[in-house]
Amino acid sequence: MKKNVLISLKLTLVMIILCAVLYPLLIAGIGKVTPGGGKGETLSVNGKVVGYERVGQKFTEDKYFRGRPSAVDYNAAGSAGSNKGPSNPEYLKIVQDRIDSFLVHNPGIKKEEIPADLVTASGSGLDPDISPASAYVQVKRVAAIRKLQENKVRTLVDEHIETSLLGGPSLVNVLKLNIGLDKMSEL
Amino acid sequence: MSTEILGTIIIFLFTMMLAYPLGKYMAKVFNGEKTLTDFMNPLERLIFRISGINPKESMNWKQFLKAMLTINMLWLVYAFFMLLFQDKLPLNPDGNPGQTPDLAFNTAISFLVNCNLQHYSGESGLTYLTQLIVITFLQFVSAATGIAALVALFNGLKEKTTNNLGNFWNYLVKSTTRILLPLSIVVAAILAFNGTPTSYDGKDSIVTLQGDSVQVSRGPAAGMIAIKQLGTNGGGWFGVNSAHPLENPNYFTNAVETIAILLIPIALVFALGFYIHRRKLAKVIFAVMTFLFVIFCTINIYYETKGNPAIDKLGVAQNMGSMEGKEVRLGAAATAFWSVATTSTSNGSVNGMHDSLTPVSGGVVILDMMINALYGGVGVGLLNYFIFIIIAVFISGLMVGRTPEFMGHKVEAREVKIAALITLLSAFLIKGFTALAAYMVIHHPEIGWAVKPSAWLNNPSYHGFSEMLYEYTSSNANNGSGFEGLGDNNIFWNVSTGIVLLLGRFLPIIAPLAIMGLLANKKFIPESPGTLRTDSYTFGVMTLVIIIIITALSYLPALGLGPIAEYFSIY
Repeated sequence: MKKNVLISLKLTLVMIILCAVLYPLLIAGIGKVTPGGGKGETLSVNGKVVGYERVGQKFTEDKYFRGRPSAVDYNAAGSAGSNKGPSNPEYLKIVQDRIDSFLVHNPGIKKEEIPADLVTASGSGLDPDISPASAYVQVKRVAAIRKLQENKVRTLVDEHIETSLLGGPSLVNVLKLNIGLDKMSEL
Repeated sequence: MSTEILGTIIIFLFTMMLAYPLGKYMAKVFNGEKTLTDFMNPLERLIFRISGINPKESMNWKQFLKAMLTINMLWLVYAFFMLLFQDKLPLNPDGNPGQTPDLAFNTAISFLVNCNLQHYSGESGLTYLTQLIVITFLQFVSAATGIAALVALFNGLKEKTTNNLGNFWNYLVKSTTRILLPLSIVVAAILAFNGTPTSYDGKDSIVTLQGDSVQVSRGPAAGMIAIKQLGTNGGGWFGVNSAHPLENPNYFTNAVETIAILLIPIALVFALGFYIHRRKLAKVIFAVMTFLFVIFCTINIYYETKGNPAIDKLGVAQNMGSMEGKEVRLGAAATAFWSVATTSTSNGSVNGMHDSLTPVSGGVVILDMMINALYGGVGVGLLNYFIFIIIAVFISGLMVGRTPEFMGHKVEAREVKIAALITLLSAFLIKGFTALAAYMVIHHPEIGWAVKPSAWLNNPSYHGFSEMLYEYTSSNANNGSGFEGLGDNNIFWNVSTGIVLLLGRFLPIIAPLAIMGLLANKKFIPESPGTLRTDSYTFGVMTLVIIIIITALSYLPALGLGPIAEYFSIY
């Protein structure tokens, strides 16, 4: 018994050093040579950081493409999904309200054209992406407000569609798209 | 959509291609044969010398369990006090508070038992120091404990008659240095190169494109995420686990993390075959597990890609499937596949919110945790499966009217009693506590607790019941995922799940090792034409039937009140 306790104490100390001190330091060292230097990759406009590439941010103004609904309102100091069950009446009411609001902000769009990812909350509350369909459905609104030609904005969306190697969904990074949009308006 | 389904198939095939050689390698490591990682020898000798361990000392099943329980007890006390006083310790750039006693109790147990149920969010509930020297540390050693216990079982199966189940310390250290650490370094490096943070900098403050000021949580996350997946721990760095875009940056990292979830549990099944020189037995076990696993995956992928019928009724285009609680870069198919992988292996990490799964998928993941032996947690999954084998041997013996035997040893009343008690224990814990919680919600919703039972549930009706059922099922299976809408950071849930966690971990380790110790001590009976061959596919089917019958008898009514009732309410 006493022998087990002694071994346990010493082994615990050694394993903490190995697994919780040396190992994370090694990974931090590897991280230093990665693109973001281990601090997360950021995107800048005119030399000023406007956000993290992989962390979604809030867009409420009609002149920007919107991201997905977020249970934490894109507060990246935390993260959460809505955790609403599929049959919850209160939840379905919230989705209905989002659809109604979208139709008000996007005249000329029919309900059947709204992709579901644009009216359902993401898992993290920080989803940086939307589906290509969710970007296209907003083209009309954005182009009208910015007084740009619709087909130019549509081409901008085309250019921002990312695909993945192993068969993952195609997507559009909302922040990158909006940065591109701001640039286009300046020209 | 069809390419997404193809993606999940590729992930699964790739996992098996890696698991087979890894199983072979692990068998060699524990046999003490030459391997590629022998450069670790000096490090291991140093660890043994400092700790005063003689790695060659043999242990019988009681000595083995004593060593295991002693060090686990120490880890529990250590973790509890560290979490309690984390605010007074260094490496806390975000200024997070210490945990309350009941939360520290729950968290310490949860990570000790390889469960990683989290009643806090990593961004605000822990400091960088405790994330590393409590959480990451326990993620390594709790996984190593599970593997060590399984190797003890292997030793009992290997020898005709033996007292020696091997040396616990030796297996604990080698599981870490030879398996968990090297694999974790590879996975962590892949994550780091794809954008997962590794630095010790605290939250960043930025002004967004639209002009809002926000803070972004970061931290040395990549290393912890790697071991969380490989060690079937599951506890995430960030609150939403691998749904978080920094914890799981893209579709490729998602594939890597999914493989990491399944890899060691599957490899251990193959390791069994190599280690005890009964590859046919391993193949049969693998076939049974994979059969159910593939069925579950198919069901979940079907329902999640099809979408939520209640959303269809609202008239929007649900082409991507049910996206509530899911991430666009991962998609419905990969999230559905992950949901089965994480509940089969007792991992418990999530890449989408299980609370928002459609009813059938939600039911499948609960069922998967109730079985808890389809690959299962590192080490413990096969120990659970071993209990099913003992019961299948017993019932087959009754059917053909012979004394049941397993691997040349008579299985008698004492062993069968232990096995039966363990299968009953799970049902008792899960249903007993769920009933208690449901009773509080219905009959004492306004009782004067800090968090009233009326405020526990995030969803009404059947789904609310599922939230409670899920929580105890996950605790008992040491899984750690949740229907996270449940308001679980309060004394009732912290303490009750803490108790379930402890019982659900150690009794299912102690029982199979006790059975093995007893069996291995008995006289060896050579195989004869009348012996029931446990490495035949016929016996595999028998085990499958036993698993289905026991699970159905134990849990069907409970599932009927939750997910099944919800299904009929919206379809």
